[in-house]
Amino acid sequence: MVTQPVQQTSPTFVGMPKFPVAAREALANTQQRANLHNATHTIRAKRAAVVGEVEDWEALRVAGAAAKDEALHHLGDYLEQLEESLTARGATVHWARDAAEANRIVVDIARAKEVDEVVKVKSMATQEIELNEALEAAGIHAWETDLAELIVQLFGDRPSHILVPAIHRNRTEIRDVFLREMGEFGRPAPADLTDDPARLAEAARLHLREKFLRAKVAVSGANFAIADTGTLVVVESEGNGRMCLTLPETLISVVGIEKVLPTWDDLSPMLQLLPRSSTGERMNPYTTMWSGVHDGDGPQEVHVILLDNGRSRVLADSVGRQALRCIRCSACLNVCPVYERTGGHAYGSVYPGPIGAVLNPQLRGTASEVDQSLPYASSLCGACFDACPVRINIPELLVELRGTVAEQGGHRAESAAMKAAAWVLSDPRRLAVAQKGATTAGRLIGKRTIRKVPGLGAWTDARDMPTPPKETFRQWWARERGDATTTHGAADPGGRAGGIPTTNDGTDAGGER
Amino acid sequence: MTAFTAPIAADLKVALFATCFNDTMWPETPKAVVRLLERLGCRVEFPSAQTCCGQMMTNTGYAGEAVPLVRHFVDVFEEYDAVVAPSGSCVGSVRDQHPMIAHLAGDPGLASEVEGVRPKVYELSEFLVDVLGVTDVGAYFPHRVTYHPTCHSLRMLRVGDRPLQLLRAVEGIDLVELPGAEECCGFGGTFAMKNSDVSVAMGTDKAAHVVETDAEVLVAGDNSCLAHIGGILGRQRTGIRTMHLAEILASTKEHPTW
Repeated sequence: MVTQPVQQTSPTFVGMPKFPVAAREALANTQQRANLHNATHTIRAKRAAVVGEVEDWEALRVAGAAAKDEALHHLGDYLEQLEESLTARGATVHWARDAAEANRIVVDIARAKEVDEVVKVKSMATQEIELNEALEAAGIHAWETDLAELIVQLFGDRPSHILVPAIHRNRTEIRDVFLREMGEFGRPAPADLTDDPARLAEAARLHLREKFLRAKVAVSGANFAIADTGTLVVVESEGNGRMCLTLPETLISVVGIEKVLPTWDDLSPMLQLLPRSSTGERMNPYTTMWSGVHDGDGPQEVHVILLDNGRSRVLADSVGRQALRCIRCSACLNVCPVYERTGGHAYGSVYPGPIGAVLNPQLRGTASEVDQSLPYASSLCGACFDACPVRINIPELLVELRGTVAEQGGHRAESAAMKAAAWVLSDPRRLAVAQKGATTAGRLIGKRTIRKVPGLGAWTDARDMPTPPKETFRQWWARERGDATTTHGAADPGGRAGGIPTTNDGTDAGGER
Repeated sequence: MTAFTAPIAADLKVALFATCFNDTMWPETPKAVVRLLERLGCRVEFPSAQTCCGQMMTNTGYAGEAVPLVRHFVDVFEEYDAVVAPSGSCVGSVRDQHPMIAHLAGDPGLASEVEGVRPKVYELSEFLVDVLGVTDVGAYFPHRVTYHPTCHSLRMLRVGDRPLQLLRAVEGIDLVELPGAEECCGFGGTFAMKNSDVSVAMGTDKAAHVVETDAEVLVAGDNSCLAHIGGILGRQRTGIRTMHLAEILASTKEHPTW
């Protein structure tokens, strides 16, 4: 597994507390709890409805996973093919090992164009490398044009969801920030703005329009990059993406190397899987595809930056590499009972939720407290694996990453406890001896409820403890059945008469929960 | 007692895998399995050398420590036709994790033994419905009950509605649907301790849904999840009892389990 930090860290997420600490704080945010509950439950129901109407959803998932696996298993070949196809169509391809290299390439292109602003399509890759901060440091404003990203930017906030980054905000909060902040960065919101969604959208549209019409350079990511045709694809809902991708003279796309798909035909399962899984729609409103430069139509200079930033390390891990199939749909976030309650910020990354819990420790390594804690930020309930359109077995990955964290050491007491437990449990005689502790406690406690146990506050602060029984099952079996390991059942129907006590016969009052 | 004998039952050499948690903390559950399976005509053995599936070590990041437990598990159970356990979670570990642990141990012999044993290991409701072919097990339980499908039985084992088929056939039962049933209760093994705040937040919502149903009893196929939900129901003084599926199915007019 990846153990070295390979991704550039940045001011934004440095010093994030470990998950349980951040989660405790998030759990107390009642506004966010209510927003997240409503949003995740609404989108869950929508997703379930549109997935349910597909005749063979499982076959689509398998096809989607197979297309991504084919690309990942021959990644070098397909990336070279992609570079060739893109170059042949007039695009310039750049290779970036890490965030710093990618940011430098974007800044250099923007500087060469002598601009002090760029418009941006919503993109996870550019958030991952913290491009906006790098541009800002170079004196170039990066305007987010996706409505939710605009909201997050106006708040000076961090995104808390992959698809709906302002999921933690409600309409009233959004109206207030529009009124307060929009004028600072361009066209102000109308003074009589209400929290009516149509009015809010109109204010955003007018604010953004002057930026679309003015900008000379746009920055995007890509949902897919087709190797054989040299086509980049952006899937979106609002049309802001298409404005950015078609109006400015120069287009820079930062594309993770795992976004490559071998052939044009591979898009078919993806474009069915992605909108249903992410927004719960049969089809997304805007799908923009472009291949290089076309005379007099669209951007006249097209740059594509192929970004590694830890991905080839993930690829080297035979179990971990399935995480690179991720198409950033966020279905796993929406079904996750942990995410639903903590929100995205507790995960300390632009990739929150179940996929973030496996992707961050792989991309960034497990050196930091938050990355060490993320593999444990799950009850392993499996809802994420069920919802994943490309069949990433997130619980399996979480368990594997827990192994990586445990191997690093640092949890000495836990490690010693697990070794001791394994020693006891690998021998029935040792287990029987250990069980005497429980049954002795059971005899002493009797039928009383256990409300407090020193050292076990993590359990007993909010939960009663199960009361141990006076007799274990194996003691009962030895007493009742002696050495005979076989019971009789049908072979001897009379043999069991009175042989098996019930809970009401007074022979054992234990086992109360 | 009604004779609800399954024709195939007597031909099988059936082992009870009590699971270490049930053996130690909830002996009434494996006792109920014995009573139930014998009533259906099975010859049940409890191989007393059995210990644990190793799930706790594996899921906490110590899969290496689970290797001797997996080896011990196959040694104890390989001679049986069927191994029945009253725990979706432990059966899920045997079925889903034991091959990975054998692979990790770099022991092809163990891997092939695991492949031999794991298809014979059944969660109780699977064994009753799929192997014995029964849904009416002749139980009597005159109480208002709601059923929580535990995550590992639901999403690892895919037991589907087998437990509900069995419960619906219980005489006298008033079975009510649990809202948000398929959502995790928040137990999650060591998750309940390592992320206790989130775990309790999830459990509190689950407990609220249980209270909504007005049930007297919450039933599930895993005592670990029930200890968590029941711990919250108890702390809130709701007066709602938790019981394992086996205990309800074992209950009869002559020998009521409650």
